[in-house]
Amino acid sequence: MKTKSAVLAVAALFACSVHAANELKIGYLSTLSGPAGAIGVEIRDGFNLALKMAGGKLGGLPTEVVFADDTLNPETGKQLAERLIKRDRVNLMTGVVFSNVMLAAWPTIQAGNVFYIAPNSTPTRISGEGCNPRFVSASWPNEGYHEAAGHYAKSKGYKSAYLIAPNYPAGKDATSGFKRGFGGTISAEVYTKLNQLDYSAELAQIRAAKPAALYAFLPGGMGINFIKQFVAAGLSSEVPLVVPGFVSDQDIVRAVGDPMLGIFDTAHWSYDLDNDANRKFVAAFEKEYNRIPSVFAEQGYTTALLIDNAVRAVKGKIEDEKGFHKALMAAPARFKSPRGDWKFAHNGTPVQDYYLRVLAKDNKGRIVNKKIGTVMNDHVDFWAKECKMK
Amino acid sequence: MTPILLFEQSLNGLQFGLMLFLLAAGLTLVFGIMDMINLAHGSLYMVGAYLMATFAEATGSFWAALPLALVATALVGAALEVSLLRKLYERDHLTQVLATFAVILIANEGVRILWGSQSLMLNPPDGLTGPVQLPGGVQYASYRLAIIAVGAAVAVCLYLLVTRTRMGMLVRAGASNREMAVAMGVNIRRLFTVVFALGAALCALAGAMLGPILAVQVGMGENILILAFVVIVIGGIGSIRGAFVGALLVGLVDTMGRALLPIAFAQMFSPQVASNLGPSISSILIYVLMAAVLFLRPQGLFPARG
Repeated sequence: MKTKSAVLAVAALFACSVHAANELKIGYLSTLSGPAGAIGVEIRDGFNLALKMAGGKLGGLPTEVVFADDTLNPETGKQLAERLIKRDRVNLMTGVVFSNVMLAAWPTIQAGNVFYIAPNSTPTRISGEGCNPRFVSASWPNEGYHEAAGHYAKSKGYKSAYLIAPNYPAGKDATSGFKRGFGGTISAEVYTKLNQLDYSAELAQIRAAKPAALYAFLPGGMGINFIKQFVAAGLSSEVPLVVPGFVSDQDIVRAVGDPMLGIFDTAHWSYDLDNDANRKFVAAFEKEYNRIPSVFAEQGYTTALLIDNAVRAVKGKIEDEKGFHKALMAAPARFKSPRGDWKFAHNGTPVQDYYLRVLAKDNKGRIVNKKIGTVMNDHVDFWAKECKMK
Repeated sequence: MTPILLFEQSLNGLQFGLMLFLLAAGLTLVFGIMDMINLAHGSLYMVGAYLMATFAEATGSFWAALPLALVATALVGAALEVSLLRKLYERDHLTQVLATFAVILIANEGVRILWGSQSLMLNPPDGLTGPVQLPGGVQYASYRLAIIAVGAAVAVCLYLLVTRTRMGMLVRAGASNREMAVAMGVNIRRLFTVVFALGAALCALAGAMLGPILAVQVGMGENILILAFVVIVIGGIGSIRGAFVGALLVGLVDTMGRALLPIAFAQMFSPQVASNLGPSISSILIYVLMAAVLFLRPQGLFPARG
């Protein structure tokens, strides 16, 4: 009898392990230094803004965010993920900017049994066959922007396209997405070293190849240098440039300036999207940081809103894998994101619209990405079909 | 493969080579005259670039900031020589490597504290942001052309300084036989400080000129330092002429390899394999060149010591 009650007591203890946390500790692994660091800062600022607007509490729980800088080094990212989970005992992770860091840190995050909410990188290898209930993306599937850009390039009637991207997982996802949307001839596919800064050799090749159109996926400092050097080499008047929104948003506009005017890009969000949540976000961001937000800032902001909503829905019981996953998947319908209406595909990637934008001056003379149309409606990640999760 | 591509790549190689020369010139003098391995040379390049970005921001003008950055970095270099490196001349090379490696770490953290870990942006001067039309209808970035001009001018000045002036004579004397130079009554301490400050100013010039086409960031000196060492090994330690020829060789081999090998590989492999192989093989090319030079002429192409 005594043994039985002891067993029951132990069982009760274990049952209680799915208790409501009384505080939320978020491990925020990001790239915050070097030429690529500006993207990380944009996402972090968007995230922090939403946290501040929620009074420092996500889902009603006092929230502590532990920041770690991976310096765009996958091994460092993996070690920091381990530290955040084991030493800092975070209950949730987010923040990763680059896909190579994401793929390196992901096994560690999985082993640590914490949820990961992607504010940026959502590699095909994780969203497709490798899908997992603990991985949910508040940004976009990696190929989304590029597929949209491919559609746009096709609509412009370019006979062929010349692709340039960094040699890392998201670079491969970029060319694969663009090719699917474009469907035309690819005259060349050039992969550069990740974080390469001097593009003289590539630009000379592009000049010699005289492509009908150039598609460049070079985010962060790479994009700043590429576009500056592309313009300086006189190629901007010879070769039409098509880019995803990552290569033409405010982080790059601030550094490059007027040569950006007239460039077309594709993105899931735009500064001037016509909805109340967006107006509120843009106004608050400009007030807080005194600059125009970028797609990355919107992603960080929406990530925090998503966490806020899902944690609230499960009343803090985020250790309950099924319950929290369900709450996350249902969350987009319950809050207003600056990007407008969106939902999740079953693999945990957003189903959303992608817009065509052009860089132009607003009425205050600032260079902004203006929405001029919609390229893809309710786009579902192509690789969702590989995901066996229900 | 077109003549235009070849021509443009040669210009790119020349531009890269001349900037390498600025770094290698200071390094080879310090190594050759003081027999000192200074790993912190790359840190002076970084400090120079950061000072340049700061002055450019403050003055609003690239050309006004450039002399300020050169002088400031020369002062930093002189201070480093007087305070620390002077104590290391008599020590063995291992001690020098360890101590100057420590300087790299301190410099990187110091810059992170002062300027933050985000990279700084440095814009080319107004009027040099676009392309220029070269004879033969080739367009080329005007700023890169300016880099070539500055690099070539500095090379000529250095050549005149070393071969035509009293200081240059002392430098050559120090490089070819230090003990004899001291025995002849040369104030070697002052010479060392001046040479070191000059090397630092050349670093700053390279950092300032490359800033607009690269990025001003923590750790920018380390990658280029290795190349600068390759250059002085190829050219011959202590020889300005060797540094010049070595730098141009390395610049051309690296740039040509980067452009031409992927094209060659693309005929044989898939684009992804080709773009993996191209850069890695072309970066090996430099070391193959160094190994070949070491095998055929262990003293380098133009050894300073006879």
